[in-house]
Amino acid sequence: MAAIYSLFIINKSGGLIFYKDYGSAGRMDTNDSLRLASLWHSMHAISQQLSPTTGCSGIELLQADTFDLHCFQSLTGTKFFVVCEPGTLHMEALLKVIYELYTDYVLKNPFYEMEMPIRCELFDLNLSQAIQKDRVALLGR
Amino acid sequence: MIGVGKIKHYTNLLEKPLSRGRQEVSLSAFAFLFSELVQYNQTQVDNIAELERRLEDAGYAVGARVLELLCHREKVADSLEKGTEHEDEYMISEKELLVNRFISIPKDMGAFNCGAFVAGIVKGVLDSAGFPAVVTAHFVPMEGQQRPRTTILIKFAEEVLRREARLG
Repeated sequence: MAAIYSLFIINKSGGLIFYKDYGSAGRMDTNDSLRLASLWHSMHAISQQLSPTTGCSGIELLQADTFDLHCFQSLTGTKFFVVCEPGTLHMEALLKVIYELYTDYVLKNPFYEMEMPIRCELFDLNLSQAIQKDRVALLGR
Repeated sequence: MIGVGKIKHYTNLLEKPLSRGRQEVSLSAFAFLFSELVQYNQTQVDNIAELERRLEDAGYAVGARVLELLCHREKVADSLEKGTEHEDEYMISEKELLVNRFISIPKDMGAFNCGAFVAGIVKGVLDSAGFPAVVTAHFVPMEGQQRPRTTILIKFAEEVLRREARLG
């Protein structure tokens, strides 16, 4: 079973609102994660414009030698993306599950301010359960 | 999304809506409405105790009205206990209070609990039924569980205890 390295959520203006590291390599510098998030936001927007197909919704999967990056953009423009080991399965389904958790435990929380960094205990709790390897494997069924 | 398009199958006759047809309210709709209630009240207050009091007041009105309906139904809480330290204290405990299902309290708000709304409902019911009491909601950490449960603490007025003692 391949590993998930990290998870990012960026708001519609490209600001990083959630970042979590699951790799053993240690946490990325806060500035680097912010930079990476806004860089991805811009690249995603550019890819939409450059694409020869009409109605392109941007990059969904970026495959590199050392990692895969799966991206899911909701209709409202919030982007969720995971960086994982090359060839990891069920990442699209996992991103949908994370989107669902976001709508439940972040948006229904009266103490959350829209477009601001996510600090919700219940979201963290449910997220760590969803991301467990055996749970992710079940998504393929 | 939790609570969307789920058809509930009632195992208990007493839980069924009184009228025919689909009467249940979507959990999402309720969660958003409650979230809005909390957000609105938050803009009207400048401290947490006041917010808690306002939520309780909102619940009180519901409790007073819902009493009639409750006479027809039955909802069993996860546990109802009598306080050991004080004669006049009773506790209703719920592992996962419905209103707290999607709510995470920020660290800077301390022991604030949105269950204050539920406490208000209980107070409204008890007051209307002739059992005046002070009702408060508290988080109680549970051993071996990540999430604390919510306990609704009911402290009856002296006159209730005196009356009950007289009635035996």
